[in-house]
Amino acid sequence: MPSICFYFQVHQPFRLRKYTIFDQDSDYFNEDKNAEICERVARKCYLPSNLLMLKLIRQFEGTFKIAYSVTGTLLEQLELYAPGVLASFQKLASTGCVEFLTETYHHSLSFLYSREEFVEQIRLHGQTIQRLFGQKPRIFRNTELIYNNDLASAIDQIGGFDAIMVEGADHILGYRSPDFLYRPPNAAGLKLLLKNYRLSDDIAFRFSNRDWCQWPVTSERFASWINAINGNGHVVNLFMDYETLGEHQWEDTGIFRFMERLPSEILKHPDNNFKTPSEVVAAYDAVGEFDVPYTISWADIERDLSAWRGNPMQENALHRLYALEDHVKATNDPDIIADWRRLQASDHFYYMCTKYFADGDVHKYFNHYDSPYEAYINFVTVLDDLYSRCAVRCPPRDCKILPQDEPASDIKGLKSEVKGRKPEYERLKSEV
Amino acid sequence: MKAFMLGWEFPPFISGGLGTACHGLTKAMGRLGIRIAFVLPKAQISDSAGTVRVLSAEGYVKSEEVGGFEHVSFHEIPSTLRPYVSATGDEGYGQGRGPFRGGHGHYVRSWHSQASGQVENYPHDMAQQVHRYTSKILEIATVEEFDIVHAHDWMTYPAGIAVAQSTGKPLIVHVHSTECDRSGQNLNQNVYDIERRGMHFADRVITVSNYTKNIIVHRYGVNPEKVKVIYNGVEHDNDGKSVFSHTQPDEMNKIVLFLGRITMQKGPEYFLMAAQKVLEKVENVKFVMAGDGDMTNRMVEFAAYLGIGHRVLFTRFLQGIDVDRAYQMADLYVMPSVSEPFGIAPLEALKHKVPVLVSKQSGIAEVLTHALKVDFWDIHQMANKIVAVLKYPVLSRMLREYGHSEMYKFRWDDAAVKVKRVYEEVLTEPAFMLGYGDS
Repeated sequence: MPSICFYFQVHQPFRLRKYTIFDQDSDYFNEDKNAEICERVARKCYLPSNLLMLKLIRQFEGTFKIAYSVTGTLLEQLELYAPGVLASFQKLASTGCVEFLTETYHHSLSFLYSREEFVEQIRLHGQTIQRLFGQKPRIFRNTELIYNNDLASAIDQIGGFDAIMVEGADHILGYRSPDFLYRPPNAAGLKLLLKNYRLSDDIAFRFSNRDWCQWPVTSERFASWINAINGNGHVVNLFMDYETLGEHQWEDTGIFRFMERLPSEILKHPDNNFKTPSEVVAAYDAVGEFDVPYTISWADIERDLSAWRGNPMQENALHRLYALEDHVKATNDPDIIADWRRLQASDHFYYMCTKYFADGDVHKYFNHYDSPYEAYINFVTVLDDLYSRCAVRCPPRDCKILPQDEPASDIKGLKSEVKGRKPEYERLKSEV
Repeated sequence: MKAFMLGWEFPPFISGGLGTACHGLTKAMGRLGIRIAFVLPKAQISDSAGTVRVLSAEGYVKSEEVGGFEHVSFHEIPSTLRPYVSATGDEGYGQGRGPFRGGHGHYVRSWHSQASGQVENYPHDMAQQVHRYTSKILEIATVEEFDIVHAHDWMTYPAGIAVAQSTGKPLIVHVHSTECDRSGQNLNQNVYDIERRGMHFADRVITVSNYTKNIIVHRYGVNPEKVKVIYNGVEHDNDGKSVFSHTQPDEMNKIVLFLGRITMQKGPEYFLMAAQKVLEKVENVKFVMAGDGDMTNRMVEFAAYLGIGHRVLFTRFLQGIDVDRAYQMADLYVMPSVSEPFGIAPLEALKHKVPVLVSKQSGIAEVLTHALKVDFWDIHQMANKIVAVLKYPVLSRMLREYGHSEMYKFRWDDAAVKVKRVYEEVLTEPAFMLGYGDS
């Protein structure tokens, strides 16, 4: 002890093209840009990283293990633009040392807006993973590690899952350590793996930061931090974007060399080992309850929803999007449904974030729009076109009018939040 | 510290942002305790009085101190002109009225010899006014005490150089707009030369944006190291008097506002072309063009030509409360300028809680985040964004509210502090240390 549990998030959205009210067609997505970015990230990150992982797995003969969550939107793009990457993921899957997790296929916020769509997307993603990698996922991670008690009970109801990945948020943990398994208060069959955000961010964010007092961090030093946990934790969960390797931290920062040496440094200590999330769940018991009545995520310093739902434009765009659900599904048109689902990627709402707008920082790095306003205008203009396509396909008498702005901006979201608090209410009641 | 400031216009007699900027800046610098002698050409008309009492003196007279301007004194030189083409565009560009008398200094001659009496794009006796201003300035300079000379825009550069040369004091040239902004590629060579000479002679050049700094560096060949960017501010009306009168909103129509001089620089034709496209998609929109200029009549015709004459209103030149009313009626303010050094008007619009759409070819686009931005020529995007604001209340609300709070970031007090810093920098430079370093 402790075990190291690496999980990498692998995702790219379908970015929208510049779409105006004057456009007559319904090609919403910027194929050139998506292809270009996908190829670039494949070259800088996915291919070399997969190769490295494969090498390490062979070198350590089954003692080095990792997990991935690859979104459906990226898998589709890899099939189109970088089939080599897909093949190398399949090779990794066949080693037996790599576990694939499941999440909402479209990297969506559907959990907050439509339970039906949420369940549907999880099913879709599970099927895709099984088809491509021959594994039936047992571990769930929600988009951006968005989590609350209600999510646990929703996943419990769907069934077939052993654990959920969660942010080890300080304000929930308090004095407790993220390096143990916990259980949700309302879903006895599930365990929770908590991200150790300090050690994860040491790699994901601080690795190349020369102002950081620990720079440059070597694999030796990092391993010593892991060793320090020995005796005071079961598992260190290192969760991060896969793009950390080579894309966020460029090759010349030494990130690949660091990763290459890390396993041997960690395994130098006889008590340490690597485990996949499922192995972690099998090996350790939950030591306590992780009670999350309010929604948390892994984003920004706030660890909440404000990156996607922090301003009226974001709320409005999300509300409009999910208000179309019945409408879209009634058309039974696979193209319309596919477009609507691609629009659900959380990235579209992240682009509309005004939180750090003035300072310009990490949000800007991931944003191809000049401003959040552009992002909003583009998105709702596309949505209006989608709506008019639905109206053509679906007899008008069945169609509800596209909900206009203000009133009760996200009823569904509120409803699910109320539902989410119900178990807590019951618990409190029984305590009384 | 005492500054000898050379300006061309001052409220209430203004034709554009220059007067507004000089007003805001000097007031704030006064609050910092910098004493300013402000020299102006004589005001044109003089029956109304704003916060500043404009004295109608022959030659020069030191003004009495007026509210808010305790440290500022005003001087005037008789002049009858506005600096830029405005109001009646069909003013003839006649021949000059013969040679000047009493010119001081060689720069005056060089101006006049090349101009040969005729100055394109400017009212016919502009050259004479600049000349007259320059020749009178030395008389004033001899009776004033000051540490630094600060000249606002090209009309005062020759005067600024003259004073700096005769007194040996450092010269700051403050660029609120350039000939490149006003005339595009059709430069008036004389004006350009005066600007260039002023910028090169000056010890420091202050520009109102990086946008303008780029022009100064690339089109005037000025060393970027001596150019300092200081953004304009906006007056925040904290004197208790509310600017909000009760204008009835137009229930039937959404209103998109253009407010500014109707000249090539301001891009009025792009506004109308975008308007035509907007009307293809949304009914019940009216486009209001408030302002006047040499393109007004052509724009009236152009609107008719585009078939949207019934949807475009021309108010001609607006003043005072009417300006406030125009803003209050508007659902969106559009500034489609072809080249705008700063752009105080969008800030004025935000003060009235009107969302703004500005061209990327402007200084304000650099610093204002809660605004929509388009290239002035991209009428497609301009129309798309106008429609979006009219169609999506959330968008309009955010632009209005966030933009309104952002507007408060633009303070003349901050600009004044930066100007003061430039003064200090120049005065502590070896060349000017002798005798002036103690301010």
